[in-house]
Amino acid sequence: MRLGKVKANITSTIKNPYLTGEKIMVVEIINPDGTGTGKEVVAIEKAQAGIGDIVLLMDEGGSARMVLGKDRAPVRAVIVGVVDSINLKKEV
Amino acid sequence: MRLGRVIGSLHCTKKYPALEGYKLLIVQPVDSSNNPEGMPLICVDTVDAGVEDVVYFVEARDASIPLKDPLTPSDATITGIIERIDTINRELYRK
Repeated sequence: MRLGKVKANITSTIKNPYLTGEKIMVVEIINPDGTGTGKEVVAIEKAQAGIGDIVLLMDEGGSARMVLGKDRAPVRAVIVGVVDSINLKKEV
Repeated sequence: MRLGRVIGSLHCTKKYPALEGYKLLIVQPVDSSNNPEGMPLICVDTVDAGVEDVVYFVEARDASIPLKDPLTPSDATITGIIERIDTINRELYRK
């Protein structure tokens, strides 16, 4: 799993039927120290996250389908948690 | 899944049988502000997208899941057309 920052909300009507009813958001992948990597992914939201939140992002298809409970859903990234705090020991 | 903008289409008559009936589109991956990111790629289309549409596509092994035959050779498949991308108090894209 990776850390991400929610950047935007996506509205899309025409989509794969397995994605109906799912909230879709743009998430930028960040480093544990909070700096951005510039890499953005589209993720299904499953943890009541909002724009600006630091989130736990699962970027793997098999587990993503397990979270959704739909074994033929074409997904890869799912937001599975909203991060409250990060404690990071500085590398020596 | 990533965001992309459809920049073209292509046709090929001779192809792997499982790919028959699918439209192939050239997609430029973009970020949420519509700036290009990396090289364009060829995607299998499942939602009838057209040139200039902003879409999201799924890559790698997951790309063959939305297709009829789960063993179709595809490494990128478009799964939705985007109408709007918005952040707090600001609209980044509208179709």
